[in-house]
Amino acid sequence: MTARTLYDKLWDSHCVAELPDGSSLLYIDLHLLHEVTSPQAFSNLRRAGRKPWRVDAALATPDHNVPTVLRELGLGGFDDPIARRQVDVLERNCHEFGVPLFPLGDVRQGIVHVVGPEQGLTLPGMTVVCGDSHTATHGALAALAYGIGSSEVEHVLATQTLRGRKSKNMAVVVDGVLGEGVVAKDLALHLIGRIGTAGASGHAIEFRGDGIGALSMEARMTLCNMSIEAGARVGLVAYDRVTQAYVKDRPFAPAGPQWAGAVRHWQDLHSDHDAHFDRIVGIRAEDVAPCVSWGTSPEMVVPISGAVPQLHEARDDVQRGDWSRAMAYMGLEAGRPIHGTPIDKVFVGSCTNARIEDLRAAARVLRGRRIDPRIKLALVVPGSGLVALQAEHEGLDEVFTAAGFEWRAPGCSMCLGMNADRLEPGERCASTSNRNFEGRQGRGGRTHLMSPAMAAAAAVAGAIVDVREL
Amino acid sequence: MQPLSRHRGIVIPFDRANIDTDMLLPKQYLKSLDAYGFGDFLFDDERYLDHGEIDTPVANRRINPGFVLNRAPYRHGTVVLAQANFGCGSSREHAVWALRDFGVRVLVAPSYGDIFRDNCFNNGLLAIVVEQPVVDRLFQLVRSRNVVEVDVDVAAGTLAVADETWKFMLEEGRRQNLLEGLDQVGETLMLADRIRCYEQRRRAAEPWVFRHTRQDPD
Ligand code: SF4
Repeated sequence: MTARTLYDKLWDSHCVAELPDGSSLLYIDLHLLHEVTSPQAFSNLRRAGRKPWRVDAALATPDHNVPTVLRELGLGGFDDPIARRQVDVLERNCHEFGVPLFPLGDVRQGIVHVVGPEQGLTLPGMTVVCGDSHTATHGALAALAYGIGSSEVEHVLATQTLRGRKSKNMAVVVDGVLGEGVVAKDLALHLIGRIGTAGASGHAIEFRGDGIGALSMEARMTLCNMSIEAGARVGLVAYDRVTQAYVKDRPFAPAGPQWAGAVRHWQDLHSDHDAHFDRIVGIRAEDVAPCVSWGTSPEMVVPISGAVPQLHEARDDVQRGDWSRAMAYMGLEAGRPIHGTPIDKVFVGSCTNARIEDLRAAARVLRGRRIDPRIKLALVVPGSGLVALQAEHEGLDEVFTAAGFEWRAPGCSMCLGMNADRLEPGERCASTSNRNFEGRQGRGGRTHLMSPAMAAAAAVAGAIVDVREL
Repeated sequence: MQPLSRHRGIVIPFDRANIDTDMLLPKQYLKSLDAYGFGDFLFDDERYLDHGEIDTPVANRRINPGFVLNRAPYRHGTVVLAQANFGCGSSREHAVWALRDFGVRVLVAPSYGDIFRDNCFNNGLLAIVVEQPVVDRLFQLVRSRNVVEVDVDVAAGTLAVADETWKFMLEEGRRQNLLEGLDQVGETLMLADRIRCYEQRRRAAEPWVFRHTRQDPD
């Protein structure tokens, strides 16, 4: 048999049928749902008189537009009636169709991509889909995971399968170990800055090399999470002991005699040593510094020692146009060092960086410090109720509040600003989220992407600084 | 889904790369429960000078007169022309619904966000990939002539402006779907036996995959 990549293996093992048009029908093992991209799918199902194929392969939880305050009031805590209706409809749909739900008020509720791995719902070797582009997060567990649209949500509900065309294989090989104060988020931003937001489009990325082996499971999730910002629908890391230790004893993970069988099965979840990759990108870990985005696309990134680029450095006229538009939007002139850029708001959260290790990293910087008085609002929004509980158990919530942060309830929050947490026009934010698009965190808002520790440092300094100097 | 075999329409030019789905349809409209009615909100942040919510009457909004979608003839355009990586970012199919509801049937760009492109075809929108020189030539035509109408032939895989014609590649399955406007779920359900058969095999080999969300955890 020819050597295969991890992606090839996952694809082959889920292929139900090769279709005459050259696409494949893939079986879906886990389908995560949330309130924003599922209502139309449920409506269509109802209209067509169809039933879900396998509700026990699905799990829903509200996250995108839930408020992060007054959670004890449940649906009564919404001041936005339209958002409330959407969460209410999710609950009704789940009850009507029998889809399991972690509702508001359930300690397991949270951002879908935090909840899946945390619960052991996401397992190595699975296919995982969700009507959300950051589904690639789950690829950190050697699962074939990708984001889909609402039509596809309907297709999975009705058939437990998806039609698809195989992507090409791309390897991102990280050699060596990241330096002090440099984390997976920096690696992700560094990569995107280098290959661009379309750099991996049409490809599934496998992150490889000793630099990846050395990363914790949560760090790997941060990295796979941002594959989509590099243009790849899928990000993957091979199964290893770190994966195994992470999955063991999770609520929905196999237990008892099944555990041994599963572990045996999972051993094969890596690329064969002579597998072919269509493209290989090498990164030396020592070359990666803490990174910050300066513009309105995740590829507009510089190391903390860097500056907003000069227009003549652009590759072509299109990029020059995009850069000058981004500079105007961000209120930053060409050549300006990123270090020292004053900040109005700080957001620690999102499916990229709201797991317990992220909160620990931010809290480590904040311990015994106060946020700068110029900061109007500093939010920390845990990725799930269980992350919040763990953080409270460790006293991190007190570290945050003592420093001047607001400790909020789980959800997507200011990552996309569908709820009340958002930027006002012109406000500049140090954010641990994944997208700095125009208006992403609020119309006219200016987002600088960075790691949790860097965001905490920006809160303390009132400006973008190098966390290693603090 | 409406079938599409031939289309003739006015080009709407967006001479920018990386136009993301947040830009196509901002988040506040994702609170809708429907798959229709997004046409007035396409490019909302640029199209209006004020902020709108899902229940703001459009008649009360302040139009940004300079924006391409507010200008004749583009406001009647049905073919989007853009630079690389169009539709990157969020998977929100609402962005495609907004394009469709505005009247767009065809898109032309050097590349797209992968999820966005699938969403397009799932809604009967043809997202054509052409080489950069073709895109450059089309922008040139738009700049010099102001109004450019293109003719698209799905079956033949051609794109034409006046006497210039270009071929484009289209995956066979997508071509069939566009031409026939098939119900994909219905098509797949015809393979139900194969799906069941696969499940049986899988359940024997990897039973833990099937002890899932409904079961109370141990
Ligand atoms: S946290 Fe942000 S990126 Fe992640 S699922 Fe929520 S909105 Fe999407």
